[in-house]
Amino acid sequence: MRRLIQFLIVLTVSASVAFAAAKLPTWYNLPETTTPAPQSDIFEYIDVAVLAAAMALAAYLALKRRSRRGLLALTIFSLLYFGFWRGGCVCPVGSIQNVTLGLFDSGYVVPATVIAFFALPLLFTLFFGRVFCAAVCPLGAIQDVVLVKPLKVPTWLAHALGLGPYVYLGLAVLMAATGSAFIICRLDPFVGFFRLVPLGKWGQAIIQDGSWPGWDLGGRFNLLALGACVLLVSAFIGRVYCRFVCPYGALLRIMSRFSRWRVSITPDECIQCRLCEDACPFGAINKPTRRKNVSRSEGKGRLAALILLLPVMVAVGGWLGGRVSPALSGRNPTIRLAQRIRDEDAGKVKGTTDAAEVFRESRRPVVELYEEASGIRREFLLGGRLLGAFIALVVMLKMIRFSIRRRRDDYEADRADCLACGRCFAHCPREQARLKRIREGK
Amino acid sequence: MSEQKEQPDLTRRDFIRSGVRGALLAGVGAATGGLLARSRSGDTVWQIDPEKCIACGNCATYCVLKPSAVKCVHAFGLCEYCEKCFGYFDLDAPDVETGAENQLCPTGAIKRRLVREPQYEYKIDEQLCIGCGKCVAGCGQFGMGALFLQVRHDLCINCNECAIAAACPADAFRRVPADKPYLLKKKQ
Repeated sequence: MRRLIQFLIVLTVSASVAFAAAKLPTWYNLPETTTPAPQSDIFEYIDVAVLAAAMALAAYLALKRRSRRGLLALTIFSLLYFGFWRGGCVCPVGSIQNVTLGLFDSGYVVPATVIAFFALPLLFTLFFGRVFCAAVCPLGAIQDVVLVKPLKVPTWLAHALGLGPYVYLGLAVLMAATGSAFIICRLDPFVGFFRLVPLGKWGQAIIQDGSWPGWDLGGRFNLLALGACVLLVSAFIGRVYCRFVCPYGALLRIMSRFSRWRVSITPDECIQCRLCEDACPFGAINKPTRRKNVSRSEGKGRLAALILLLPVMVAVGGWLGGRVSPALSGRNPTIRLAQRIRDEDAGKVKGTTDAAEVFRESRRPVVELYEEASGIRREFLLGGRLLGAFIALVVMLKMIRFSIRRRRDDYEADRADCLACGRCFAHCPREQARLKRIREGK
Repeated sequence: MSEQKEQPDLTRRDFIRSGVRGALLAGVGAATGGLLARSRSGDTVWQIDPEKCIACGNCATYCVLKPSAVKCVHAFGLCEYCEKCFGYFDLDAPDVETGAENQLCPTGAIKRRLVREPQYEYKIDEQLCIGCGKCVAGCGQFGMGALFLQVRHDLCINCNECAIAAACPADAFRRVPADKPYLLKKKQ
């Protein structure tokens, strides 16, 4: 109806309009459509260089120099550079999705700088432990600097919540591999803060007429509120995002477990004075095992049962994952459109959406859309099963780890949990003695 | 003495550890090596396919930049220089003159200038344009479609996942090579 009225108006108006009428006068120069070039990517290569240099410095400060103060200074630098200056993007956490999409979609080109951002911290962690987390990651840095009063998370809760990163990683990979969404970028809690300050490329882009509209929170309010909550929590529970959410952290934990070198509380022999026991705000210091002579045969039955249960649980996980896959696939735009068209045709919903209208105007057969959607649903079914099996595997491996009794004589930084921040150094009297020896030049 | 006792145990563990480390190294290398080879075909940036765009208005609201990095651009070669431009004038406009009440553009970003009766030139002031696409819809519906939306790369910060692309109902956003960053309309 609206269209019809508009059409009638146009008919009446066009009588008075010169449609395709006279030629333009010869003196008139036809203006060109301007095409401003993209911003130079030289800055992205500088970013990669800064990333590599910062990680090398962090490794030196954590492992060789053993300087907490130096690591803190580097943390603040990284927060300013990667966070506020570069606007929190590119970051290795989000690059998981680009790499995944690149592996699954041969038409998608992952920029070389993004690949470098993905691979460099993994490689560094494989050799030096999580020095990237320690002082280079801007997401870690912003939580690290607001940590005022660390509270202890009960071990059982920390282990349970510690499954979060693996679940998030699996979900992010599934969503990226199916080309549905980059959920890590959408749910980044800190990028809103980084972009509140008019600096760097972000600032250049936004200050178009001298005014700064960044304070207009608009659609970013929800994310900023989420970020504020995470920051508030991380004032008391150290690095809550890194420990219980970060999907890149899940990859780094695996790398860190097999690292060539790693942070030690003291390079000297531990005297078990217990002074470092509560030094770590992230609960990453393992105590010596209580009894000195733990026989390895203890808990053998439980271990055997768990190993036998492993394939069963993985299968159950896969089945459950398959069951929840329809809910996950609802995030995919093609599946949403197919559902919308189906509902509209069945008269279940009134009106239409822009996407449905575009589809109908394209005169593409509905069957084709449904086929495409069911193809994606099958991908989601497979992906959901793999995701479920993966989560079950992670849970079972964790249980198996609990059942393996290993003797530990000294206080040690946990290979996977340790973020190499260097806070424990100062608590160790052997370290103090060592520093004193160095000061006195012996 | 006790050190000697622990020695073999440690070496075995270290041996396994370096084996796994080598495997992980190879894994990361293989995954990124293949992607690196492909990345030599060049970086990409986001752009709107004007043939697919339906000027729904999402570009103005979903961009992380405020105002949006999407602006209306004008293919002058397609333009008919109409006196009553459907991109410039509101359909319900009381009058055919430049008063704000007659204009479709909410920010008055289109500048109308007389070339020669009855031909008028329309130019976009990108400082004022918010990329809402109202003019694009008007020109596309009744005119020649000379006005269309494009991502302006002097502004765009090339987000990993473009927020407008995720919200685009017409699937009009796509990644294009960075050395050919525009999809312009041309006279057929």
